[in-house]
Amino acid sequence: MNPTTEPPVSETFRVTALSGPTVSQSRTLSGPLAAEVTAALDASPGGEVAIKSLDVRIPLLEKNDILAERNRGYFLGRGLVALNLVSSPGAGKTTLLERTLDEFGGSTRCAVLVGDLETENDGRRLRRPHVPVAQITTGTTCHLDASMIARGVESLDLEGVKLLFIENVGNLVCPASFDLGEQLRVVLLSTTEGEDKPLKYPPIFKSAQVVLLTKIDVADALGFDRAAAVNNIRRIAPQAKLIQLSARTGEGFGEWLALLASLVRKPH
Amino acid sequence: MHEVGIMESALDAVLRQVRSSGAQRVHRIVIRVGALSGVEPEALRFAFEAIAPQTLAAEAVLEINAVPGRAHCVTCAEDFETDTGFIYACPRCGQLSGDLRQGRELELSRIEMS
Repeated sequence: MNPTTEPPVSETFRVTALSGPTVSQSRTLSGPLAAEVTAALDASPGGEVAIKSLDVRIPLLEKNDILAERNRGYFLGRGLVALNLVSSPGAGKTTLLERTLDEFGGSTRCAVLVGDLETENDGRRLRRPHVPVAQITTGTTCHLDASMIARGVESLDLEGVKLLFIENVGNLVCPASFDLGEQLRVVLLSTTEGEDKPLKYPPIFKSAQVVLLTKIDVADALGFDRAAAVNNIRRIAPQAKLIQLSARTGEGFGEWLALLASLVRKPH
Repeated sequence: MHEVGIMESALDAVLRQVRSSGAQRVHRIVIRVGALSGVEPEALRFAFEAIAPQTLAAEAVLEINAVPGRAHCVTCAEDFETDTGFIYACPRCGQLSGDLRQGRELELSRIEMS
């Protein structure tokens, strides 16, 4: 390719002609491109070559991230807020949602997508006359991903829905890496777990906008050190809003509902 | 953990640029990787060696530029460099920060081709 006759290309190109008749193949080249230029010259029959250096800034998103952005746009367009609830198995995601749907779902239309490896038990627990619910059974997959959400919402009647709760598969590791297109990631830590869970599984807490310390009604009976847990959450996730609550007794639950109400009121 | 998928996106982007500019070969690919992007440069390199041979980028050199993490301290109103861990405390005042200003980068920054 002759650099002098080449048609002009996009302006982002920086075309550097590094050879031509004046550069002989016997000359020793130096610099960062020496090896490449020499190889290119060797491969080019006329001893002429131009190496284009193209400066770009292309984010390297994985397929899941691209689909997640698509979901985010879809939710935004519909004017609904999606929340991704993540925790270990048994931290109280379903119980939290049951009470939330009972106390909040009457006045604000909510929908739920719930993920588990097997069974539709959680989906059944969450079924309410006024709440569209779909269960995603992932089989062997340890997390929900953006494509499952895209397919899941197709089976929900989202008419008038303001809040979409996504109950992720119980797992503190893998869901951290899979953006679902949610606006808020809510991570639950229950008092039946160790106070040091945030230190042991930092990525998921790091990625949270909200951390819920759940089952605080049984903290004392379990000898759970709430102050230590709060301190650990603060160290790992200073960005997150922390709410301590019990979905059984209702303690602290008002703060959670107030947060949900503020999300719905927020203009999109 | 997801380096193969990321390398596939990188090569897709490279080959799109190569095709649209009519080039035949790729000489160098430069990727910027933030210290807190969650991507291991060595795993990225390994993925490149596994995938590139089947493409126009078979002989390309992969250059990985590391971008250090920087967080912002509200109290000092200044940025500070973080390590690769998960707790970012301001070295001046000790205040914890969750406001990461740099270090999550993961992007294709330069392609050299002919």
